[in-house]
Amino acid sequence: MDFLSQIDWFLILTSLAKTVGLLGIVLTLVSYTVYAERRVSALMQDRLGPNRTGFPITLLGAKKDFSPFLGGLGQPIADAVKLLLKEDFTPAHVRKFYYWLAPGLGIAAVVVGLAVIPFGSSIAGVPMVIANVDIGPLFIFAISSLGVYGIVLAGWSSNSKYPFLGSIRSTSQMISYELSLGLSVVPLFLILGKLNLVEIIQHQVANGWLLLPGLTAASPRLPTFTEFLLWIPVFISFIIFTTAMFAETNRLPFDLPEAETELVGGYHTEYSSMKFALFFLGEYAAMILGSALIVVLFLGGWSVPWIPDGSSGILWGLVNIGVFFAKVSAFLIFFIFVRWTLPRFRYDQLMSLGWIWFFEIALVNIFLTAGIVALRQ
Amino acid sequence: MAYTVPRPKLTFAEKIYLPTVFAGLKITVGHLVRMLRGKTKVIMQYPEEKWDAHMPAHYRGAPTLVSDEHGRTRCVACQLCEFICPPRAIKITPGEIPSDNANAKVEKQPAEFDIDMVRCIYCGMCEEVCPEQAIFLRKDYAIVGTSRKEMVHNKAKLIELGGIRTGLVHKWNEKK
Repeated sequence: MDFLSQIDWFLILTSLAKTVGLLGIVLTLVSYTVYAERRVSALMQDRLGPNRTGFPITLLGAKKDFSPFLGGLGQPIADAVKLLLKEDFTPAHVRKFYYWLAPGLGIAAVVVGLAVIPFGSSIAGVPMVIANVDIGPLFIFAISSLGVYGIVLAGWSSNSKYPFLGSIRSTSQMISYELSLGLSVVPLFLILGKLNLVEIIQHQVANGWLLLPGLTAASPRLPTFTEFLLWIPVFISFIIFTTAMFAETNRLPFDLPEAETELVGGYHTEYSSMKFALFFLGEYAAMILGSALIVVLFLGGWSVPWIPDGSSGILWGLVNIGVFFAKVSAFLIFFIFVRWTLPRFRYDQLMSLGWIWFFEIALVNIFLTAGIVALRQ
Repeated sequence: MAYTVPRPKLTFAEKIYLPTVFAGLKITVGHLVRMLRGKTKVIMQYPEEKWDAHMPAHYRGAPTLVSDEHGRTRCVACQLCEFICPPRAIKITPGEIPSDNANAKVEKQPAEFDIDMVRCIYCGMCEEVCPEQAIFLRKDYAIVGTSRKEMVHNKAKLIELGGIRTGLVHKWNEKK
């Protein structure tokens, strides 16, 4: 039992606590994103959406159910209970092993990707990131590309034409947008010179958010001329990255893999109950991961002007976490707004946008950034 | 002959698409804000508000057996409604009216009268065919039950739903 003395129990326990905490926050955020999606889409279409389900505290002996704010906040809980209790039906014509494997793969890729996201500064000296690796964005790109296996296996093992078409579309779409996704952030790394997400945020705390240069945590100021010049490629890469993220997470206007009007339900047509819910969960968790990555790379992560980081006290550490998830939520709302505004792209439009426009613009953007960096520094 | 669909001329802003995204967002978010400020009048909140007041006079709800102002259930068990009913929802068992009854000259009345509301299609043909003005479609639309048996309206239920209807022709009254 000699090796036990070498194990860093403090690291293991804090990592476990952070993992459980982050998963809890993300899963709650997922269920309330679904609620927000339904509610916002309804309001945009002059309907009301789910506004009745409250928290059933009458079961605990209270007089009335608790239904705060706009109402319907208990809806995600009801949905979860429904999905868990539904019959888990496996059609006879599927490849059982891969059919069962696919939903797990779909969500696992996303959840693993969350590990490198710094979701706060630090609490009592413990950094608020589960794995502080030096290749953060690369890790996320690599892992989230694996998510396509879940979709491909789901479509293939379902042994049915619509899921199969959906999964084929998904593959080609993800491959085309992965390129522009990866290339669009290369300018950031040229500017920053590092790939560690924690250090990228520290840089933004000191020098201002990449998208809003000069907005430093200590004393916001106007950007210098060099910062303004560098802002141009950063803005271009922000646009490309955000759009590619929409395509990567299969959201409208790029939701071809599950185009309801053409493909019934897309790759998850043959799935029901909790296996379907896992796909759903994976899709929304991917949205959260994407938003978190955009917030970390472009919008300063947990930093806000005049708010100190976790070294000034536990309270400030918690505030930083709150700020981070507030920014992520704002971006999720933007995702929802766009989904209910734009019509779906045609397949050839999608491909030409990915291969002819974004890929080339991202490439040119890299040279532009390299030129500015070489001239001004 | 082939017909060429004229394509709209797009401006530069429309061609690069990004500004149109925000134009679209302006519309949808505008609707969202108007809803949140309560400026848009939406649909009725059903269980709390009902549309009974707005219902037209010719509304076809649940078929019922009506009584006249003399308190007589008007059905004479001729079974015409049973024969015409397209989904065969009506089942009538005819019975005699005893000779010591005040309405003895009518001779027959239904002993049982069942309408299966699971089958009923609210077409109103029973009302149309009835020679006695005995069956009318009333405005009840929320007909619920937890079993098929509960959804069958028997004679007592039909008479209760029908209530008293005035202004009908009294062809069984004594001749003046």
